[in-house]
Amino acid sequence: MDNTKFFIYLLVMAGVTYLVRMVPLVLVNKPIKNKYILSFLYYVPYTVLSVMTVPACFYATNSYISAIVGFVVAVVAALFKRSLVQVAVFSCVAVFVVEMIMNSI
Amino acid sequence: MNEINSFKKGIKAGFPICVGYFPVSFAFGIFSVENGLSVLQAVLISLTNLTSAGQLAAVPIMVGGGTIIELILSQLVINSRYSLMSVSLSQKLGKSVKMPHRFLIAFGNTDEIFAVASSNKEKVGFKYMVGLILTPVIGWVSGTLTGAIAGNILPEIVISALGLAIYGMFIAIVVPVIKEEKWTALCVATSIVLSCIFYYAPVLKEVPTGFTVIICAVVASALFAFIKPITIEEIKEEVENNG
Repeated sequence: MDNTKFFIYLLVMAGVTYLVRMVPLVLVNKPIKNKYILSFLYYVPYTVLSVMTVPACFYATNSYISAIVGFVVAVVAALFKRSLVQVAVFSCVAVFVVEMIMNSI
Repeated sequence: MNEINSFKKGIKAGFPICVGYFPVSFAFGIFSVENGLSVLQAVLISLTNLTSAGQLAAVPIMVGGGTIIELILSQLVINSRYSLMSVSLSQKLGKSVKMPHRFLIAFGNTDEIFAVASSNKEKVGFKYMVGLILTPVIGWVSGTLTGAIAGNILPEIVISALGLAIYGMFIAIVVPVIKEEKWTALCVATSIVLSCIFYYAPVLKEVPTGFTVIICAVVASALFAFIKPITIEEIKEEVENNG
């Protein structure tokens, strides 16, 4: 792709993405006292991550069967409080094994 | 309140994110080159944006000669969730974080960095955040570079398996908390039901993913903030009392 055009696109894109993150972080610089807002902000990380994960993760691999197995393995590993890396690795290995089996049938 | 402010601890906490990012940005590298971007262009996008979905959406617009308005709108919609995360993160930053620091931290407020920063019981300091951002950036950029150069070397099945890595991390963050705290569990369950409705229901499934994430997370979080107002301090006490 032509470099001049590319840099215009890049500048706009990076600018928008940065502003979306920067404006709230800079404007909200006092501790919030309202218990409803605090509570809302407490729930936000968990709901955001959950909404992004389910159901999208079931379509993240070659087959929804391997994705579901990988998902279950990750949940079980997380219930046993394994680290982030361990949970991620276990779920990837599960997907790999399931797809190997599916390919060989 | 105590504050974590060690660069080393940040680097260490960022390492799993770095590992998780590699395959995702690897896929982005392949995708960019296949669409006609150069290796350097793909790497520059990753270095300046640090957003998986936003980048994936932008490449076809760039290559297809889309309008600037189209590019701005796509990034606003897909990345709007970061605004919500930035408001939440603003309450997590400790006293050592000064105003100029906020401009820097904002650059690295990705889903995963936000998630790990939030998962700390203590407030987080500037040095910790720099470490927590630096390691994932290295993973994100080097993954893009490797994917753009050598994308076709890895077998399909490995790329498929790596597709679940990021979700595995999210699960590792959410599950232990909802196991201990029933209101958080109910709130998460509500958000997931909403997410599924927006994914599968006719008409609603046409709503862009960026908006869906915001709508579902805001509705579920606001609902439970109203039903069961809860603060991080209360949660800590509860967990400590339960041993």
